[in-house]
Amino acid sequence: MRLAILGAGDVGRSVADLAGEYGHEVVALADSTSAAVDPDGIAVEAALERKAGDETLGTSDPEDVLETEYDVLVEATPTTLGDAEPGFSHVRRALEADRHAVLANKGPVAERYEELRALEADSAGSIRFEATVGGAIPVLSTIEDCTPQSVTAVRGVLNGTANFILTRMAAEGLDYEHVLAEAQDLGVAEADPTFDVDGTDAALKFVILANVLADGGFALEDASVDGIQSIPGSALDLAAEDGRTIRLIGEATRDGVRVGPRLVPENGALAVTGTRNIVQIETRNAGSLHSSGRGAGGPETATAVLSDVGRLPPL
Amino acid sequence: MGDAPDSGEDEPDAETDGGVRAYTVRLELVDEPGELLRALAPIADNGGNLLSIHHQRGNITPRGHIPVEVDLECPPDRFDDIVDALRDAGVNVIQAGEEHYGEEVSVVLVGNLVETDLSNTLSRIEDEADAVVQDLSLAAPEGTDGISSARARLAIDSGRSEEAIAAIRSIGSDKGLTVVEPLLGGEA
Repeated sequence: MRLAILGAGDVGRSVADLAGEYGHEVVALADSTSAAVDPDGIAVEAALERKAGDETLGTSDPEDVLETEYDVLVEATPTTLGDAEPGFSHVRRALEADRHAVLANKGPVAERYEELRALEADSAGSIRFEATVGGAIPVLSTIEDCTPQSVTAVRGVLNGTANFILTRMAAEGLDYEHVLAEAQDLGVAEADPTFDVDGTDAALKFVILANVLADGGFALEDASVDGIQSIPGSALDLAAEDGRTIRLIGEATRDGVRVGPRLVPENGALAVTGTRNIVQIETRNAGSLHSSGRGAGGPETATAVLSDVGRLPPL
Repeated sequence: MGDAPDSGEDEPDAETDGGVRAYTVRLELVDEPGELLRALAPIADNGGNLLSIHHQRGNITPRGHIPVEVDLECPPDRFDDIVDALRDAGVNVIQAGEEHYGEEVSVVLVGNLVETDLSNTLSRIEDEADAVVQDLSLAAPEGTDGISSARARLAIDSGRSEEAIAAIRSIGSDKGLTVVEPLLGGEA
């Protein structure tokens, strides 16, 4: 497949870098200011070196990317809330041109799911978005394999930053502020960790899951969301006395989405440690399935994007 | 009381359903004359054979009631009827045959627990969530006027956990407390 990649952050760069290994060709790669475009395949390494050297990716305008001959648009620009722009428009243009779109950007799938599906229905192309939920962990494809109708609920830990903070607080008996500073030093938490610690990031992923289970109907505003900022170290100590710990747990069903700190058994499946993610897929006929792995990271998330590309039918 | 279970002429199927088993029910009675007798009648009336009654006078529950533990024997399929009959008679059943009934859940509360009157919070949990606080652990590293945490282990009638947790959630939001709930669904 010929890939046009919008977004040159960790994920977009890794997709470009790994595409060849998966048998695909990159015909365009753009960040918000410039683009490298070549219908015969761009020189990925050279473009990434130019960008790393504080230069532009290439000489083309980002707008040119969508005019190129490509098969799959990889939408890896930063997640935005509300109207989910410009990611939504990028995907619309791909579908209107009868191309496929693979999203790593959570915004359009969480906030404008029905519109995306309507555009897809009128297009020869399809959309896939495995990378939006749980990074490298095959969550959506597992649900697809079980058929969404037979999945009754999805629960789990889908934010590594919050999980890292809670794990360290429990292990070291430290308070939130202290561990957050440490996580920022280690590069686990961003300078502005708000979306991770207030539950928004996890909520977007569970909204996407609810949309898949119920075939639409959910946006962030429909989710009940609590973060971990108000959890003191003493709460984790008390939980441990009882063989439990606290994790930021999300739940998605056809009835709703909920994210908040919850008590879980200390040695239970959902009490993953560090930045690890886990999902529990509850099925009607096959009990619960668990998948755990790396929920973030450039190469990890890129593998989810490239798996999606591999599942697309030829145009 | 004390009829052997196989001697009750009015219970023809008592012997055909796999014999009898021993159960313990824990009741909570108002401290008024006649309450004990009133609480035992539904057991006998529904084919239960009373084995022992432990009337813990002087051991008052947080609600100011008297806990009573009753051991009884009955056929397994009668036990539900007995518990239902007790509840229909307005008797507060705290725990019924531990392994079959009664659920235990823990919650952690976080906030200005002392300033917002912890004992009032606990009695509201008992009243509004219909739960019994079995155990409480408080940690107030910043002193009583700072943020503190409390873990409460609650006994809840079986099948009522979700309602009870919802009631606790609403008490928490009333009082500005963070309620860390247990994850009830699935195999956590």
